[in-house]
Amino acid sequence: MNQLGFPILTLMMAVPMAAAIACLYANDRAARSIALIATLIDLALGVVLWLSFDQSANAAQWQFTEYAPLFGRFAWALGIDGIALMLIVLTVFLMPICIGASWVAIDKRVGEYMAAFLLMEVLMIGVFTAQDIFLFYVMFEAGLIPMYLIIGIWGGAERIYASYKFFLYTLLGSVLMLIAMMWMVQEAGSTSIPVLMAYDFPAQAQTWLWLAFFASFAVKMPMWPVHTWLPDAHVQAPTAGSVILAGVLLKMGGYGFIRFSLPMFPEASAQFAPLVFGLSMVAVVYTSLVALVQSDMKKLIAYSSVAHMAIVTVGLFAFNQQGIEGAMMVMLGHGLVSGALFLCVGVIYDRLHTREISRYGGLAINMPKYAVLFLLFTMAAVGLPGTSNFVGEFLALMGVYQASSWVAIVATTGIILGAAYMLYLYRRVAYGELVHDDVRAMPDLSGREMWLLAPIAVAVLWMGIYPESFIAPMRADVASLVARTDRAKPAGDSKLAAGKPGVAAESHSTENHETPGEAH
Amino acid sequence: MIDNASLLMVMPELVLTIGGLVLMMVAAYAGDRTAQLVSWLSVATLLAAGLTLIGLPGHGGIAFDGLYRADAFAAYAKVLIYTAAAASILVAPRFFAPLTTGGVGAVRAEFPILILFSCIGMGMMVSAGDLMTLYVGLELQSLSAYVLASFMRQDTRSAEAGLKYFVLGALASGILLYGISLLYGFSGSTSFEGVAVAMGNGLSNGLMFGMVFVLAGLAFKISAVPFHMWTPDVYEGAPTPVTAFFASAPKVAAIGLTIRVAIEALGPGGMAWQQIVIFVALASILFGAVAAIGQTNIKRLMAYSSINNVGFALIGLACGTPAGVAATMSYMAIYVVMTIGGFVCILQMRDKDGVPVETIASLSGLSQSRKGLAAALAIFMFSLAGIPPLFGFWAKFLVFDAAVGAGLLGLAAFGIAASVIGAFYYLKIIKTMYFDEPAAEYATGTPLLENAIIAVCATIIVLGYLLNPALDSASAAAAAALF
Repeated sequence: MNQLGFPILTLMMAVPMAAAIACLYANDRAARSIALIATLIDLALGVVLWLSFDQSANAAQWQFTEYAPLFGRFAWALGIDGIALMLIVLTVFLMPICIGASWVAIDKRVGEYMAAFLLMEVLMIGVFTAQDIFLFYVMFEAGLIPMYLIIGIWGGAERIYASYKFFLYTLLGSVLMLIAMMWMVQEAGSTSIPVLMAYDFPAQAQTWLWLAFFASFAVKMPMWPVHTWLPDAHVQAPTAGSVILAGVLLKMGGYGFIRFSLPMFPEASAQFAPLVFGLSMVAVVYTSLVALVQSDMKKLIAYSSVAHMAIVTVGLFAFNQQGIEGAMMVMLGHGLVSGALFLCVGVIYDRLHTREISRYGGLAINMPKYAVLFLLFTMAAVGLPGTSNFVGEFLALMGVYQASSWVAIVATTGIILGAAYMLYLYRRVAYGELVHDDVRAMPDLSGREMWLLAPIAVAVLWMGIYPESFIAPMRADVASLVARTDRAKPAGDSKLAAGKPGVAAESHSTENHETPGEAH
Repeated sequence: MIDNASLLMVMPELVLTIGGLVLMMVAAYAGDRTAQLVSWLSVATLLAAGLTLIGLPGHGGIAFDGLYRADAFAAYAKVLIYTAAAASILVAPRFFAPLTTGGVGAVRAEFPILILFSCIGMGMMVSAGDLMTLYVGLELQSLSAYVLASFMRQDTRSAEAGLKYFVLGALASGILLYGISLLYGFSGSTSFEGVAVAMGNGLSNGLMFGMVFVLAGLAFKISAVPFHMWTPDVYEGAPTPVTAFFASAPKVAAIGLTIRVAIEALGPGGMAWQQIVIFVALASILFGAVAAIGQTNIKRLMAYSSINNVGFALIGLACGTPAGVAATMSYMAIYVVMTIGGFVCILQMRDKDGVPVETIASLSGLSQSRKGLAAALAIFMFSLAGIPPLFGFWAKFLVFDAAVGAGLLGLAAFGIAASVIGAFYYLKIIKTMYFDEPAAEYATGTPLLENAIIAVCATIIVLGYLLNPALDSASAAAAAALF
């Protein structure tokens, strides 16, 4: 049993599951309350989880483990490390906000809607906690069902096309991963993810396995050129659906790279790093330029997500501590910021029922509170120092500079382009004169909307000002991942030579040696 | 000489035969008034036959000098067959009942009896140890099925279905018989062991041809591509309870028989039959998926879905390993649950006047008028598409795992990629039910029995993973009986 004395991870999945079933039978008002209470309980459990997570130097890598051989060939095996912990915290943090964002916007079939969201939460927590490779797959794929229904039932005009595209695209990406998993399990003789992470697969097989996993995670991330489902899904999904899609579902791809591709196939990862870099460089520049010309707000943010995720992938395949920590921080920061931006779009969409940027303008005049918060999230998306994304992007780019200076240079243009399209968006929406009468009549943020955006604003600033709270739990796990992949690490082109050992470098090297050989 | 042990081992068939004959007398003398009673008694007979499997018929071994096998494999298949048959009998009376008081329905006491006789044939098929038993069982099953397909004589579609089934079935029987005669001629024996011995001594041209013809005949019975042409027409034309029956029990029997022939008789032929099965499996998966996309009739769609599913089940057989056979048997068990559940949902599709409707478009907005029914049908469709966490995923998981274990990586990769095509049309039904605006409402009415069957099937599909250990060991035991 774990340090808490009760199976907290199972409980975190059981609470929303029970609430989801209750919501199916409840009326609209009751369903909203049930969903909110259940997600708040999960948030509280998430805080407990974070506080009781052992971050000391000699802590076990996998904590809160549970094991029950329920399913014959695979088991109900749960457990988290620091990386999973942070993603779980992100999930449980965003979920009550999603429920709140749907409070009035969703007025038909509320019970089913809330049930679908709560089921999503179960599955997302399941993905991040699963320690059995097949349990992971089940959770990973099952998420398609509620998301398909959320987009299809409560989405916009083109929702049916978007829901099909989302479902079939991601399913096609994932099925080959299942074949790869079966092969791995038969080769290694275990379904346990920690065991598989330490197993050395033959380099030749790694190539194929890596490609099978890549197909799945690249679609999920999404990486260019398999990102095309994302703008459609985002634009058509209801606000809360976009928040959860951008906030958490996209992170499953990055989590997959960290949990499977890198530690299980280090040689293949090194072999394919140029491919990942190439696709990511295209994505950063291309999707940023595409974002620049969008006239639909949600589409603009969707394309900016693709660009940000490309910075995550370059960080991950940098094979060093900064790169991977930076990638994780970008994922967390982007989860908050893109979620908040979709909420900001949702706030004005609820008032005017259009996402056309040109229909707005001058909101800073009649919606000052909104304009301030929107500005904060815009700046965070740009990566302004003091906000969450700066930390992650800076670390990731610093990491990738050690691997390839060219990639670092191209990826950095993403920051500049990001500033361009985000500021351009903000100028068109918030500044200028109030020319439209219906826009002039829009009231400022309501109390409920403040409650949705303010917590994210606090978290964004916290992550930007004191990132240590978020990096500390992951440090040892990232270090062991780096140690694991070190044998295959490609030589960088920048040929960095250590200068005079300063304070920073010293503390860095101790980090690396804190947990020697933990991965083996 | 007939010994007592042999008679004990064929007890399920004996129970069914005697029960069927007695009930036929009841039906003949008491008329269709007793249809309800005969239905329930038929189910009781099936239950009794199933219970005898606990004893000697479940593990007795060889009976009648090798003509008949009473092993775990046969018992496993028989349990599935009897369950599916019982479900088809139970849902039939409401379907055949007269639509208006005083109107003419097709409630006939012969319906459950024909299914009983069909079950005897299917029992013989899965227990066959000899090409003769195989053929007699197959014909007994088929003859009952031809009559069942045209059970609504007044309905031209039903009559057409029966005739089509009969003509094409006769052709398939001819092909099968020709193959059997070749196998017999070149091996000098009709018993599976005899054929296996001859196969082990080298695959002569005659044996090769015999094998191809036998497999072609069997492929017709399991409606695998390229011998599937009859399936959509027969499934569409036959009365819905009969379609539910066709899609479940005879499928299990025919797959069971194919496995037995492939492993026990053709086993030493090795790669030769494996190649045929691999081709048939892939062709069925692909064709079943692609051809279903344009369908507007839900029964036709289910017909293509069954072709598609047979393809997946055959992947397990293509491995030729105990794990593969076990996977196929698990697949059939899960498939039967999904199919029965799906068809009972389809049975509830009736317009305001109680006339059955079969168009997919009529399902529009079902999730708003009939929440429970829509949810159940959605569960079966997602499950047939193989989306976790529903049980249909586990069925596909097992066969692909077996294929990977047998080194057939290409087959597994291609098959699973093709399953995405299949997912498209299952999604179409869910889209119609959940995303579209409501169409004309269905007749309400809450048939308790049908709802109970749907509820049981849906529960199994959702919580099925908890049954995994039991299902795995049962399938493994069934497969072990063949090797």
